[in-house]
Amino acid sequence: MSDVARSSELARTAGPGQAVRRQRVGRLDIAALKGVLIREAVNFASYWRGTTFSSTMEPTVYLIAFGFGFGSLVSQVAGYDYVDFVGTGTVATAVLFSAAFPAMFGTFVKATFQHTYDAILAAPVDTEELVTAEAVWMATRAGTYGCIPLLVAMAFGLDPRLSMLAVPPIAFIAGFGWACFGIMISGLMKSFENFNYVVSGVLTPMMLTAGTFFPLSGLPQWAQVLGNVNPLHHCVELVRHASFGWQPGADVLHLGALLLFGLITWRLAVFAMTRKLIT
Amino acid sequence: MPALAIRLRSVVKHYGDIKAVDGLDLDVPEGTCVGLLGPNGAGKSTTMKMLTAQAIADSGELEVLGYTLPGQSKQSRAEMGVTPQLDNLDTTLTVEQNLLVFTYLYRLPRSERRPAIERALDIANLADRRHTKVDKLSGGMRRRLLIARALVHRPRLLLLDEPTVGLDPQVRQELWALIDALRNEGTSILMSTHYIEEAERLADTVTIMSKGCAVATGLPRDLVIEHAGREVLEVYGPPARLAEVEASAAGCMLRTRRTGTSVALLGVEGRNGDLPHGERRATTLEDVFVLLTGEEVR
Repeated sequence: MSDVARSSELARTAGPGQAVRRQRVGRLDIAALKGVLIREAVNFASYWRGTTFSSTMEPTVYLIAFGFGFGSLVSQVAGYDYVDFVGTGTVATAVLFSAAFPAMFGTFVKATFQHTYDAILAAPVDTEELVTAEAVWMATRAGTYGCIPLLVAMAFGLDPRLSMLAVPPIAFIAGFGWACFGIMISGLMKSFENFNYVVSGVLTPMMLTAGTFFPLSGLPQWAQVLGNVNPLHHCVELVRHASFGWQPGADVLHLGALLLFGLITWRLAVFAMTRKLIT
Repeated sequence: MPALAIRLRSVVKHYGDIKAVDGLDLDVPEGTCVGLLGPNGAGKSTTMKMLTAQAIADSGELEVLGYTLPGQSKQSRAEMGVTPQLDNLDTTLTVEQNLLVFTYLYRLPRSERRPAIERALDIANLADRRHTKVDKLSGGMRRRLLIARALVHRPRLLLLDEPTVGLDPQVRQELWALIDALRNEGTSILMSTHYIEEAERLADTVTIMSKGCAVATGLPRDLVIEHAGREVLEVYGPPARLAEVEASAAGCMLRTRRTGTSVALLGVEGRNGDLPHGERRATTLEDVFVLLTGEEVR
């Protein structure tokens, strides 16, 4: 962050008759991130009902459908009650839905149709700050809505544990990566139709091979290897371990994988959006 | 020489093979309103985007409020306001919420946010609509809000990109009054427009752009006299007659411009006998515009 050091002092007259105000302008300014986050928060107040409804309904439906549908065939999977297994697994699904999808579609709409980002970038906010703040916002939503499947599962009999308090931060970290992934896609894509390739070709396969509904150990060797490059799988594992007992050695690697995923997608998202927004 | 709010020198910007801006020089002296006049595609919007570093020039010098672009663009953006051509208000938010968001984006300290919002509501004349959602506002109200939103932080410089495009004449006049008041308060303004009348009324100086560069700069009245003289003779007739008039005017070393239904002979003051029959009128900025850009305007 060498630019922080280069950030310059700025004498700022606020208009005729106003005192001179000094203000620091640098890279990844808290003030800029805050401005973008406030915009999202104020907007969220106007649409939170619908979002909260779908974020609650989806895991509930998955739990009822899989938990009781499959659950009547298999009562135990990998040593857990199947309802508990699916309840903890769908946290990752909820994270994906509440981060990657708004990041892809919402970002595209704001960039292309509503020209929201043009307004923000005309203020003292850089693309890097815009992308980072948007991702942090969606990660926060993922961290919150990611807990809903767990709460629903508790209603169906999952035992609460203190270590489950780690689930919101895990969902936040995974959500940040998926949000950045979605922002990157929306930066690269020229039209809405192209999102179909990503949803069908990337997100759906990843969702179904994350170990959410069945353990990967039952899959062929090659699929298990592929599972390790699926960030959702690492999220599923961490949430299960937070819910049923940590496995420190493996969990450090899972966490590292999620952090790496977030770091890479973050830089790619900044790159893709800069290319799209700054001509 | 007064300080310059905006200073551009030899600015070039390509998009692929298209030269959007091609060696543009532009000055906006502090405290004045400069009208950037030009037909569609002359490079006005690209110029506006370069001033906020949303487009990066290929070459040339750009200074805004003393900061060098694009490197120090963020500092300059903190001290200027921008009203875009395309309405990008948050339509599901209220008038007040839209302004509130921008008090954060422009980093106003907490104690100044409330007064800034009230002042902006006054400027937009929307105090009684503060709780109305933007999608319930009329086009004119939205445009006023768009301008007021750019002023929450009392910028030293305001960029107005086609501020009245697509609005009723009456609404346009309201906005002119607003812009005029801002200029009188000492805010520097760069306003792009393709409405001649708008530039004539509001701008202290006008820069006419054509094909990416400035083809004329000066006080509107000076530009008119320099390029089109004082009087015009407007000759009406069928196309064949108009072509004939054009040819004979060329013979008399008179400049002409075609409108849809007439030929205008420019700079005819002090000449009588050798001219065809027609209507005399004073020259306007529109004559200059058409002469220099080769394009017809509304």
